[in-house]
Amino acid sequence: MTTTTVRLPPAQPPGTVLGTAPAIAESADAYRASGGYGATTGPGELLAHLAASGLRGRGGAGFPAAVKLRSVRDRGGHPVVVANGEEGEPGSAKDRWLLRARPHLVLDGLARAAAVTGAARGFVYLSDPAAGESVRRALAEHPPPLPVEVVETDHTYVAGEETSVVRRIDGGPALPTAKPPRPFEQGVGGAPTLVSNVETLARIALTAARPDLRDTIARSTLVTLSGGPVSPLLTEVPYGIPLRALADRYGNPGAAGALMGGLFGGLVDADALDLPLEPDALIAAGTALGCGAIHFLAPGRCPVTTAADAAAHLAAESARQCGVCVSGTAAVGKALYGLAAGTAGPDTADSLDRWARGLRGRGACGLLDAAAGIAGSLLRSFPHLVRSHLAAPCPVCAGAAPADGRHRLTVAVPVVAGAPVPARPPRPAPSPTPFPLPALKGTP
Amino acid sequence: MKLLLDSTRCQGYGLCQEPAPDLVELDEWGYARLITLVVPPGAEDEARACAESCPNSALRLEG
Ligand code: SF4
Ligand code: SF4
Repeated sequence: MTTTTVRLPPAQPPGTVLGTAPAIAESADAYRASGGYGATTGPGELLAHLAASGLRGRGGAGFPAAVKLRSVRDRGGHPVVVANGEEGEPGSAKDRWLLRARPHLVLDGLARAAAVTGAARGFVYLSDPAAGESVRRALAEHPPPLPVEVVETDHTYVAGEETSVVRRIDGGPALPTAKPPRPFEQGVGGAPTLVSNVETLARIALTAARPDLRDTIARSTLVTLSGGPVSPLLTEVPYGIPLRALADRYGNPGAAGALMGGLFGGLVDADALDLPLEPDALIAAGTALGCGAIHFLAPGRCPVTTAADAAAHLAAESARQCGVCVSGTAAVGKALYGLAAGTAGPDTADSLDRWARGLRGRGACGLLDAAAGIAGSLLRSFPHLVRSHLAAPCPVCAGAAPADGRHRLTVAVPVVAGAPVPARPPRPAPSPTPFPLPALKGTP
Repeated sequence: MKLLLDSTRCQGYGLCQEPAPDLVELDEWGYARLITLVVPPGAEDEARACAESCPNSALRLEG
């Protein structure tokens, strides 16, 4: 497997999530020295800054953070906040990198989200053991103003879906449930629950530290770039940068297109690389930024192989709860495999089109939508390739060995060196006290 | 009134379609697909019969 390389930006602008030393786990002292854990921005003020900057969630759906915070706060009761660090997209490494390298930035954001919503209890939800170790060390180093528990899960495509998160924290399997209710209505232990992606929380903490930079913070994003010919890259870019410029910067000039947003944005062709990396512009063009994972199609690779790889991944990762998802992902996977392997029947294009339109919104979570999107986007972006693959077997696909494809989309998490651990007595373990808990004291 | 389908419960028995052909169709594998989320006025009885017909309680009414 290839290793993700983290490129350090040459100049260190303040207010970046990558920070000044992406390859080293940040200590509490270093985080404080950068302006973290400060008390200058109160919860009300912070919420106003987030509303003004329009910060969007970075887990994939891109929902405005301020709206989400407000809906949890306005439900009343004893809300719960969850830092969601379980990234199921195979092409994304940013969330696990963030927890490994900058746990304090995330925990600061979590405490601030708790202060905004009135939550008295927090969780960090993750699957990566190195991330878990980093977060536990950070919690001991700088005890948060509310009890925060680390909940571990198995790494699957759907484990980070917000209803899976709630179910797992409540002691169940990490599998999605039918919606409604959504977690903000009824989440952990039945309480209104904010399930927030860790990068979103990091940007909330950065906004609190540097409200003057709020717009830059809201309009930048971590991206995981892969697809070859060079090894994957984790970096941070401003919204608006053309996808083509991103492909150049990554080291894949002349990309034939891309698989966007993890597996959620589907395939786009080379012309679409003129689009700006901007959530609304991408949605309007029928694709999506999602979690910021972009797999550029290297020249010399066939997009049909990539579509087959993606569908194989989704079929294998179906949580097998919804009959329609089991049947639908298997059907799409088999058809695309057939297309790549040169064994597809003449009705394949019609079937793919029917599934692309008929499977959307049918499963309890978005996995089935992603499979429908892969089928539909291949037909839309590369119709000539679908035709040519039906006419004759594709030598490029044959060379890529379509059968072992799904791992070609997986990137490795960048290695982060451990920070020196200052000698401090460990804090007592956070007690899983039942509600109600003492009111928040605010972020120290 | 809304008709909601819990896909995790739908086993593809297909029993819901007969009492409510205007609200539910069955896909190529026999799983239910809602034709409309909001039950049109006048179709409330149909929606109720539809929800009751599912042996696995995959369908429910809201509002
Ligand atoms: S849509 Fe698929 S992955 Fe999602 S809950 Fe249903 S079976 Fe599981
Ligand atoms: S009767 Fe129930 S299980 Fe059968 S298709 Fe309808 S909703 Fe699904």
